[in-house]
Amino acid sequence: METGFTLSNTIAAILTIGIISFLWKDNPLYKLCESLFVGVSAGYWFVSLYYQNLLPKLFDTLGLTQLFTSADIEPGAIQILINEGRVDNSFLYLIAGILGALMLTRLIPNLGWISRWPLAFIVGTTSGLYFTTYFQSNAMAQLRSTILPLDSIGNVVIVIGTVCGLVYFYFSKEHKGVMGGAARVGVWFLMITFGASFGYTVMSRMSLLIGRFDFIFSTWLGLTG
Amino acid sequence: MRREIPMILTGFVGFVYIIQFFVPHAPFDIMEGLLTDWMLIIFAFAIWLGALNLLKVSLDKIYRKGKDWQYSIVTVFGFLLIAIPGFFFSGGRRFQDPGTAFDYIYQNVYTPLSATMFAMLAFFVASASYRAFRARTKEATMLLLAAFVVMLGRVPVGDMITQWLPEGYRLSQVADWIMNYPNMAGQRAIMIGIGLGIVSTSLRLILGIERSHLGGEE
Repeated sequence: METGFTLSNTIAAILTIGIISFLWKDNPLYKLCESLFVGVSAGYWFVSLYYQNLLPKLFDTLGLTQLFTSADIEPGAIQILINEGRVDNSFLYLIAGILGALMLTRLIPNLGWISRWPLAFIVGTTSGLYFTTYFQSNAMAQLRSTILPLDSIGNVVIVIGTVCGLVYFYFSKEHKGVMGGAARVGVWFLMITFGASFGYTVMSRMSLLIGRFDFIFSTWLGLTG
Repeated sequence: MRREIPMILTGFVGFVYIIQFFVPHAPFDIMEGLLTDWMLIIFAFAIWLGALNLLKVSLDKIYRKGKDWQYSIVTVFGFLLIAIPGFFFSGGRRFQDPGTAFDYIYQNVYTPLSATMFAMLAFFVASASYRAFRARTKEATMLLLAAFVVMLGRVPVGDMITQWLPEGYRLSQVADWIMNYPNMAGQRAIMIGIGLGIVSTSLRLILGIERSHLGGEE
């Protein structure tokens, strides 16, 4: 990265200071940077998803791109129909395109209900996909990894902590007696987990903050090494 | 019609995914590939919907001169600032290559804004934790201690102040032990809980018991 008062560094530094200025108080510069961030984020995903997703998966597959450009792309459904006279399976992607376009009807108040169809499709695919993958990766794989020989303190801690944590999440029986004791131990483990996760998150944010300060003082102002 | 068709659609695609997991042969494997591509396409349209809705809301606010409407101009400007170069001046599919106009905006506007915004969370989390972490109960004390050890164990000063302790008991090593054992146990309990919760919720959605995503009869 270039150092010093270049145009790009100055833009980045002003925006960084603008966001940090919120620590002083909510001010116009922060609001300006915040609004800019919202707009640029939306624009970033708008462009990225077009080129990474819609263009190759929808427009190229259907052959729409090939109709309007001379890019070196494999023939799509329309080209196959014109050149070979057969209806290719790629035409099925038209359904996805229509469902996607129906999603945009949410912007039209009277037709908004139509967007439930593509939404239902997304909910259905996500449910079906997660049903198996989460059962495998979260439930079964974690259970398998917890069945450990109790030959070290670490393994004992993992087995007891996991079992007691699960007991705490089991609400079909009142937490009294042995269940109550186990649930209480479970809470202790969960608290340690939340504390550790908190510490880890704070440190990662701190490293981001150090990165920004390093940019301002070292890259932009050139004050340090 | 407004609720029945979406419900049938949800159940059908959900079942296809589940069946293809157990029967990974034609036609289910082909359908799974097709449905995955469709899902990605519709996902992209869903994100587009969000972006277009943001534009709609912002332009509406500017038109009505609502509260702080000037900032909506900045939002629309930000959107166009990256979208126009991205679509027209960045070499099409190679829009993310170093040196393109899109990459310039990404590196010098988007990255500093997003990194600083997330970095600011350190302050917000610290101020929130000051209120939440007061060691009033045994559980809160455990949370506080775990956070303290992990934070201090992740920086050089942690080991510096515990240099006098024998190997294996210094702060970085204690932090590692907390992350690898008690933290792991808690994470596993949570992950198993989440896994079972997702399985039951998915089943409710596919069977049409859970219908909240379909909205009301408007």
